Amino acid sequence: MAITRSDVEKVSLLARLQFSDSELDRLTGELAQIVEYVDHLSEVPTEGIEPMAHAVEVHNVFVSDEVMPSLPRDKALANAPRHNDRAFLVPPVLG
Amino acid sequence: MSSHSSLIESSATAQLELLMRGDLFSVELTQAYLDSIASRDANVGAFLRVEKDRALAQAASVDKRRQSNKPLGKLAGLPVAVKDVLCDQDTITTCASRMLENFRAPYDSTVVAKLKAADAILIGRTNMDEFAMGGSTENSAFQITRNPWDLERAPGGSSGGAAACVAADMAPLSIGTDTGGSIRQPAGLCGVVGLKPTYGRVSRFGLVAFASSLDQVGPLARTSQDAALLLETIAGHDLRDATSLDRPVPAYSQSVAEPLAGVRIGLVREHFAEGLDSEVASAVRDAVAVYESLGATVKEISLPHSKHAVATYYVIAPCEASSNLARYDGVHYGHRTDEAEMLEELAAERKALEAAKDEVGLSRLDSSLVRMYRKSRSEGFGAEVKRRIMLGTYALSAGYYDAYYLKALKVRRLIRQDFDEAFREVDLIAGPVTAQTAFKIGEMVDDPLSMYLVDLYTVSANLAGIPGISLPCGFDKSGLPIGLQLLAPPLEEERLLRGAHMYEQATDWHQRRPEI
Amino acid sequence: MSQLYTTVIGLEVHVQLATKSKLFCRCSTQFGAEPNTQTCSVCLGLPGSLPVMNRTAFDLSLKTAVALNCVIPKFTKWDRKQYYYPDLPKAYQISQYDLPMSSAGWLEISDEKGSFEPKRVRITRAHLEEDAGKSIHDEAAGKADSEIDLNRTGTPLLEIVSEPDLSSSAEAKAYLQELKLLLTHIGVSDCNMQEGSLRVDANINLHIDTPEGKIATPIVEIKNMNSFRAVERALDYEAPRQFRVWQETGQKIGEAPKQTRGWDDSAGVTRGQRSKEESSDYRYFPDPDLVPVLVTDDQVAEARKSLGELPADLRNRFVQEYGLSAYDASVIVNQGQGVTNYFEQVARESGDAKSACKWVTQDILRLLKDGEQEINAIGVSAANLAGMISAVNDGKLPKPRAKEAFELMLSTGSTAQQAIQELGIEQVDESALVELCRELLDKNPRVVADVQSGKVQAIGALIGQAKKLNPNVDPGRFREICLELAMESSSSE
Ligand SMILES: [Zn+2]
Repeated sequence: MAITRSDVEKVSLLARLQFSDSELDRLTGELAQIVEYVDHLSEVPTEGIEPMAHAVEVHNVFVSDEVMPSLPRDKALANAPRHNDRAFLVPPVLG
Repeated sequence: MSSHSSLIESSATAQLELLMRGDLFSVELTQAYLDSIASRDANVGAFLRVEKDRALAQAASVDKRRQSNKPLGKLAGLPVAVKDVLCDQDTITTCASRMLENFRAPYDSTVVAKLKAADAILIGRTNMDEFAMGGSTENSAFQITRNPWDLERAPGGSSGGAAACVAADMAPLSIGTDTGGSIRQPAGLCGVVGLKPTYGRVSRFGLVAFASSLDQVGPLARTSQDAALLLETIAGHDLRDATSLDRPVPAYSQSVAEPLAGVRIGLVREHFAEGLDSEVASAVRDAVAVYESLGATVKEISLPHSKHAVATYYVIAPCEASSNLARYDGVHYGHRTDEAEMLEELAAERKALEAAKDEVGLSRLDSSLVRMYRKSRSEGFGAEVKRRIMLGTYALSAGYYDAYYLKALKVRRLIRQDFDEAFREVDLIAGPVTAQTAFKIGEMVDDPLSMYLVDLYTVSANLAGIPGISLPCGFDKSGLPIGLQLLAPPLEEERLLRGAHMYEQATDWHQRRPEI
Repeated sequence: MSQLYTTVIGLEVHVQLATKSKLFCRCSTQFGAEPNTQTCSVCLGLPGSLPVMNRTAFDLSLKTAVALNCVIPKFTKWDRKQYYYPDLPKAYQISQYDLPMSSAGWLEISDEKGSFEPKRVRITRAHLEEDAGKSIHDEAAGKADSEIDLNRTGTPLLEIVSEPDLSSSAEAKAYLQELKLLLTHIGVSDCNMQEGSLRVDANINLHIDTPEGKIATPIVEIKNMNSFRAVERALDYEAPRQFRVWQETGQKIGEAPKQTRGWDDSAGVTRGQRSKEESSDYRYFPDPDLVPVLVTDDQVAEARKSLGELPADLRNRFVQEYGLSAYDASVIVNQGQGVTNYFEQVARESGDAKSACKWVTQDILRLLKDGEQEINAIGVSAANLAGMISAVNDGKLPKPRAKEAFELMLSTGSTAQQAIQELGIEQVDESALVELCRELLDKNPRVVADVQSGKVQAIGALIGQAKKLNPNVDPGRFREICLELAMESSSSE
């Protein structure tokens, strides 16, 4: 499946990235080359093979329902680019 | 007391013995490494930040406690360098990214917590490819790290700083992470020992994720004995990491010196195909001959799906990365674009579209929130990170999931099954770490695919979740180190370390030092 | 008017599970805390943090799924649903995509008043996922910054999706009520809509009979319904709206994208919402940080055992065991476990289920409605009400004064015995009563004559006088004796 410039543009929105026109051109070429390479996977017969999402077979890992102290609010907000000492701030969402 | 240079050239295990006997103060040892960093790191660039004050304070505290016979941790007084991807609440954790330039985690990663509990001296934070994506450390947003064996060359990556600092005697031990070879490859290119444990052996809690199902934390050191010491300190089950393995941790440093009697070693037919440098190939074959001389039997085996490992990896890793890195959107932490500028830019675009009566363009124009995300992320991430996010987002997007991600997960199982088959016949698999020795800085920056292919021999272990070690097995004509990779079945780190130690006892490659 | 169309409704219900801590971290789920005071590195989505699943959240989900008659697969896993929103700090929600923990269940609904036929509503699936945080937007239409509060982030939710088996707002409401009853009954959620513990989205379209055959209109998803009443109103508004739209546009399903509309409760209308760009491409994939869960048959059996008697079982038993009408049994059970337990205690201790039912469905339920009180907070305990019913049946408390006694017990919390004393109620013995009747009949020969001529109601005039002379007189008994004596005197003449 060849990747086109318009695919790349669409994906850039999905990925919340922004590229200049020249970056888009370049990226389209690079991604096309990589995609062409990984496309060879389609040649591997995988019928009846279970997908392997985890490197180890571990199941049923739980912790018990006990409340532990949360972070103090100033620490929770400490890394925020913008906050008002009670909440994270972003430009108007309904703008 | 030995001179500085011979002190920092001795093994961590030897240093620890001196410390424990009271023949060496941690402050002395720490200062020796700080001096080494001061004189060498301007050339090498292994460290993003040297935690001088903290290290000396920690060292003084260890010395004081030792003098008053207080209980001390396992690594008490030994300096350890940490890759800048493991959270440490006492310092920032940048992942070598503009995105996290000022990020300070309010918690310690489990590995850092264990190092602190072991009274290790956290001497500094090492350079890496941004978010551990890359194989040369050139993708760091902050600096280039140079290979101590040839400053024109890359140390490999992504744990380039971690490998270079050990190779240049700027730290006796260091912590790296390995998602597709990021410990073993730089260890190989820098001539040190690097071990990627079994997936789940070491907790990932507090390790800033690149590809969660592949990432593992592991030790880099001069010798397998030292690597064993560091691994047994950081390994173990962690309730905060659901994927960590609830299995006892062997005393690796105790057993490492026991040779593997009659070990069966497998050589992978596919590893010696085209592309493998002849000097590397012969060094690996020589290493295998050394094993034979030590009583090993050698058998050729096949990993038929290994040729698909890089393609499989470059689907799974970017998919997971695209998701793991989605959180860096400038809302709760990390870089946020200049909002006033961003709003101005949007307003100008809107005006232009309105003037052109471009209804379609207007309907597609980003909201201020979307534009804030896009600009923050585009400014905060470097080119390789963006490339992988794009690749992963594409592969997971509607219509492509089955062809790429799901397909890759199936091939991944085939790769794992190949190993399961092979380990029925052999105890260890031996082979090259990389096809070539260290490449020139800048040599591959414009060719992402060939950069990805450097991972050819290392990615399979991550996909399969098995442990692997890289150790020095020779030098090429230009004097660049060549690495030998050993792979073992899950949870057989002990076998890897004993196998590596056996080889070290019969050779002296690991004792060679670069001249800086 | 004959139906021009049938309404097709499916509901997506999110219920917050009754855990103390969040789904993947140990922060409290307590409602109403100051913004961003119940967060940690995990629910803030800080780099390096990892989720670990809360066992109770899983157990409660399993219990619910079993109560909803779902099929429980042996293998289930969690996936990442990816989208950007400021209240979603990881930019993905941990949810379940293709292998949910349960599917193919059902819930029976009926209406005691008979407005629709009882039906079995199919449940498509119920899955366990985490909640997002809260964005607090500027009221003045997006001029000031939005504030983000992540206290709610990571709270465990069970998403319960029904098949489009509901064909009226009344059925939708009944489904929600029955679901809430079931979930509160088995204790998996408090289902408090004000606090967001229960949220409802509705998918609705119409099937219209046309000369060309039956056609379906495009599906609309309705959001922002904050009460069951709002759901009912929104659906009642939306169905005719869709019919009007169809009349105007003739658009069929598939000819227009699925639309999302928000319910404006004060205006009483649904309004189209701006669709998020490329919102449908969530790029689900299995969360590599979480491991799958395997469920054994034993665990399912265990969960089933832990359910006890469900509301539907209770209704049946009340009819069988206590001889209640199906209507009364529903009225009681539908009030929830508190009232149900209360009724059972009164019925058992008094040995008179009919009276217990009458008192509970009339007086007790009125109290609950009037004061919006909790059943446990009512002044008359079940034991005391049972005592009062027994006193009436034993003749210790004249039936007409029972109400008086009840009111007193209600305000003072006293027992029936205490109330009887307080009110000065004493049993009037039979001979005293006969004496009183004679006296009054003698004084009122007119009444005697009327009775003898067949106007028995004339006795009524004497009851008031008797009450004045002795307030403890049981008017029923007084009437009986008077009639007897009056007739006697006639036959003796
Ligand atoms: Zn939390």
